[in-house]
Amino acid sequence: MKKKLICIACPIGCHLEVDVENNYAVTGNQCKRGVVYGKKELINPTRIVTSTVIIKNGIYNRLPVKTDGEIPKSMIFDVMKQLNEVVVTSPIKMGKVIIENVCDTGINIVASRSM
Amino acid sequence: MKMYDVIIIGGGSAGLAAALEINKFRKSKILLLERDAELGGILLQCIHNGFGLKVFKEELTGPEYAERFIDELHEKGIEYKLNSMVIKLHPDKRVEYANIEEGFVTIQAKAVILTMGCYERSAGAIGLPGNRPSGVMTAGAAQKYLNIDGYLVGKNVFILGSGDIGLIMARRMILEGANVLGVAEILPFSGGLKRNIVQCLDDYDIPLYLSHTVTEIKGESKISSVVISKVKDFVPIPGTEIEFEVDALLLSVGLIPENGLSEACGIDMDSRTKGPIVNESYQTNIDGIFACGNVLHVHDLVDFVTEESRRAGQAVVKYLENQLEKSDNHIEMISKDGVSYIVPQQVNVNNINDKLELFLRVQKEYRDVNLVVRSNDTIIKTIRKKHMAPAEMEQIKLKVEDFDSVIGSISISVEERQ
Ligand SMILES: Cc1cc2nc3c(=O)[nH]c(=O)nc-3n(C[C@H](O)[C@H](O)[C@H](O)COP(=O)(O)OP(=O)(O)OC[C@H]3O[C@@H](n4cnc5c(N)ncnc54)[C@H](O)[C@@H]3O)c2cc1C
Ligand code: SF4
Repeated sequence: MKKKLICIACPIGCHLEVDVENNYAVTGNQCKRGVVYGKKELINPTRIVTSTVIIKNGIYNRLPVKTDGEIPKSMIFDVMKQLNEVVVTSPIKMGKVIIENVCDTGINIVASRSM
Repeated sequence: MKMYDVIIIGGGSAGLAAALEINKFRKSKILLLERDAELGGILLQCIHNGFGLKVFKEELTGPEYAERFIDELHEKGIEYKLNSMVIKLHPDKRVEYANIEEGFVTIQAKAVILTMGCYERSAGAIGLPGNRPSGVMTAGAAQKYLNIDGYLVGKNVFILGSGDIGLIMARRMILEGANVLGVAEILPFSGGLKRNIVQCLDDYDIPLYLSHTVTEIKGESKISSVVISKVKDFVPIPGTEIEFEVDALLLSVGLIPENGLSEACGIDMDSRTKGPIVNESYQTNIDGIFACGNVLHVHDLVDFVTEESRRAGQAVVKYLENQLEKSDNHIEMISKDGVSYIVPQQVNVNNINDKLELFLRVQKEYRDVNLVVRSNDTIIKTIRKKHMAPAEMEQIKLKVEDFDSVIGSISISVEERQ
């Protein structure tokens, strides 16, 4: 069985075909990341999550944050719930860990700008 | 009057990259003018990731991408002014700006770079029918409210237009607890990147209504519902109406280069890109005034903005060193079958170092075709394309040798494979 996917590993968006029976062989990719994505998307889909947390004393009310790696797609809303409970105080440096090992994913939430 | 070598109008990714590039190659007196309270431009509100794969070989969020450039600007000690709005640009390269501390100031430059970015088309610009109750706004405005101020503009949201900002906002609002009832697109295909359809709509089961548009907005002072209809040749088909109860309608119906200053200065514009007509050196018809980034043509990838602005910066260095050849004898770039525009629009071969990078967009979605570059009847280059779409900018590189046989003009067209 061949599955058609669009690679989201970069904005080019290659049209992939993944041959599930043939060890998830990928065609249609323009680079190696497409091979990794095609296989993983069918076995264990993951995503980077970006959002904001409340910041006190900053020039704005929100600090943008992101996961420093991909988390399972099914965990996205659990992570969002955690983020809604966080309040940080300026100054914060870009890259600072805001939540360690969020929802036991082994991934941290980090600040995506200084404020 | 204060004198500068270069004044750059707009401190987004284009202005930042141009300033750094000039500084890298020539000790120059540079001033970057930004009307906002911070440098970085639109990137600051684009908190999603997807920036920097080409330039940094890693995937960054908008603010991270901006901060790398801003840090470098500080490191290099390049002068900039915030909260400073340029109000007039003169063809002799005098620039008038205003801010609270200094009031109205006029300064003089040898060269000016336009990097004012773009703005979003609004309800008025697309002739949206019905009332204008509150709750109708551009997707970018909603993005700024949410990501910078922490204010969610609605709980039940519909989005008109499938441009990237709308798609990104659909996901963003779902994550923040809103219901996104759907996205309507008048064209039979999406105006956004495919990856955004997949990871913003498909991931969250948000329906995309292609060939649909909003035909009615209901509500007195506040929006209460929207009605969408299927369209044929842009005309709504009666009986296909679907109504959604909403408290917000976001518009993601296109970006337009911000060229008020340029037009008032007498810069010639391209009616298709809505940006200035430029040559291989990103110079406009006015000597010493250059343009790059979204003010020149709308880019979907910041990496392309950075690369383009670096090339513009290099050209400005040449200009300051009197190394740019002035000549009216240029090659015209002509968009033929299937191509909607080409940037730059004019080329003086003598100013090209070794290669020229062209950007173009196609008019519709194509599969397994060729992009053919010709001068008169001679084919200069044929590029095989598996897939092209209007949402994705195409890049073509031409070597100096490719111009050897060119007379007068070059045309580019989309052609069936033989
Ligand atoms: C919502 C959105 C999502 C995007 N997503 C992606 C993505 O996922 N990946 C990607 O690679 N790219 C993405 N892009 C594209 C990319 O970010 C932009 O094309 C790029 O950042 C534009 O840079 P710019 O400097 O040309 O314009 P801008 O960033 O808009 O900068 C223009 C600056 O000029 C200033 N200015 C304007 N007029 C004046 C004046 N008169 N006086 C003083 N200052 C002035 C403005 O305040 C602004 O700061 C996205 C763009 C948008 C809008
Ligand atoms: S296969 Fe490579 S080039 Fe194609 S979309 Fe995926 S990451 Fe991008």
